[in-house]
Amino acid sequence: MLNLDIEVIVSALPFLWQGMQLSLLLTGLALLGALVLGTLLALLRLSPVRVLSWLGLIYVNLFRSIPLILIIFWFYFLVPLIIGRAVGGFYSALIAFTLFEAAYFCEIIRAGILSISKGQTEAGLALGLSKRQVMGLIVLPQAFRNMIPILLTQSIILFQDTSLVYVVALRDFMTAANVIARREGRLLELYVFAAVVYFVLCFVASRAVGRLQKRLANA
Amino acid sequence: MNYNWNWQVLAESPYLGWLWAGLQLTLLVSSVAWIIAFILGSLIGVLRTLKQPVVRTLATAYIEIFRSVPLLVHLFIWYFVLPEVLPRDAGRWIKRDLPYPEYWTATVCLGFYTASRVAEQVRSGIETIPNGILDAAHALSLSQRQIYRFVLLPIGYRVIVPPLTSEVLTIFKNSSLALTIGVLELTAQSRQIENYTFQGFEAFTAATVLYIVITLVVVWLMSYVERWTRIPGYLSQGKS
Repeated sequence: MLNLDIEVIVSALPFLWQGMQLSLLLTGLALLGALVLGTLLALLRLSPVRVLSWLGLIYVNLFRSIPLILIIFWFYFLVPLIIGRAVGGFYSALIAFTLFEAAYFCEIIRAGILSISKGQTEAGLALGLSKRQVMGLIVLPQAFRNMIPILLTQSIILFQDTSLVYVVALRDFMTAANVIARREGRLLELYVFAAVVYFVLCFVASRAVGRLQKRLANA
Repeated sequence: MNYNWNWQVLAESPYLGWLWAGLQLTLLVSSVAWIIAFILGSLIGVLRTLKQPVVRTLATAYIEIFRSVPLLVHLFIWYFVLPEVLPRDAGRWIKRDLPYPEYWTATVCLGFYTASRVAEQVRSGIETIPNGILDAAHALSLSQRQIYRFVLLPIGYRVIVPPLTSEVLTIFKNSSLALTIGVLELTAQSRQIENYTFQGFEAFTAATVLYIVITLVVVWLMSYVERWTRIPGYLSQGKS
């Protein structure tokens, strides 16, 4: 029958925690980068200048057509080549995640901007605000408020996706669990533990997002 | 930037063959997984709409387990752990007698994973059906089974064709995770070509172009399905 070795998990906890810190750091930084870039892309896609909106469209569809792993490989290979020296997997992965997630964030933000009624823009313009002020002070703040639940859900997906840095041997939580699993020959314990940790974190987070969504809808 | 371009490498043996083999595996894993996902996802989606609380809870638990744990972790558990915890004969069969265990594990796991996403679409498709239609079905004294068979599913499926298109696209992209358990699909092959030849640009461009072609073909096919399954005038009626 199964003989489970819980001891191996307990003694590996500091190592796993280091991995989790890397996962969270990568999630946080990529999230920030993707929000900024995603907003810019959304504005690009909504631009009346046809060339600009086409550029945005091509970017989004390109990044949404290829698997994240391939994008990680691309940048793991490209970034050192462009910079001219080795920078380590972390920065390559960070760039890959930022650019990849930006395409998804862009579509969320674009939908958010479009959901704000035209009257808001017209009122702003009638008050003599510039187009930039209308976007920055009136449309975007309201759009972001509506988008918070979807953006958070996408962030949970991003957190799960960071497990894919395994393919470039970066020590995130999952890779750390894998290292211990192989070294100690305890695949069952470590993989199931990793699954439980991911499950608890993501399940609790998505429940919290659901509550927030209800509260925002009622407000 | 210092780089020696050599596009010919893609046409050379054995690299062209590797790409072709990788493309075939990507298509095979994704399409078989999609069949599993569609059947299982429909079943679980329907269970989620039933009245019995136990059945609904089970279906919800299935969806949450797959949605809250990364696909990579699922793959590792299915591939490395499952054969160990199954009854001994079944475990041994998977490890020794099953041909291409990594291929089958990846396909079945991806299918079960995607089923959770399909299930949510099927459920929402069924839930958007106006109550009036359901009332009419009850008034005709159709049984529960008949209501699903003749009313809810035929309408529900046709409503969710657009979101299902994006699930089909996702399954092709997610099939790249199979490389983590040793399936040499398209992404893995391009990486392997890069390792052998140092022509990363050419190798990854080839894979990127092939994925884009897959996307375009799927979108094109699904637009036909969408046109063919559209219910004339249905969406404009709105929910009553």
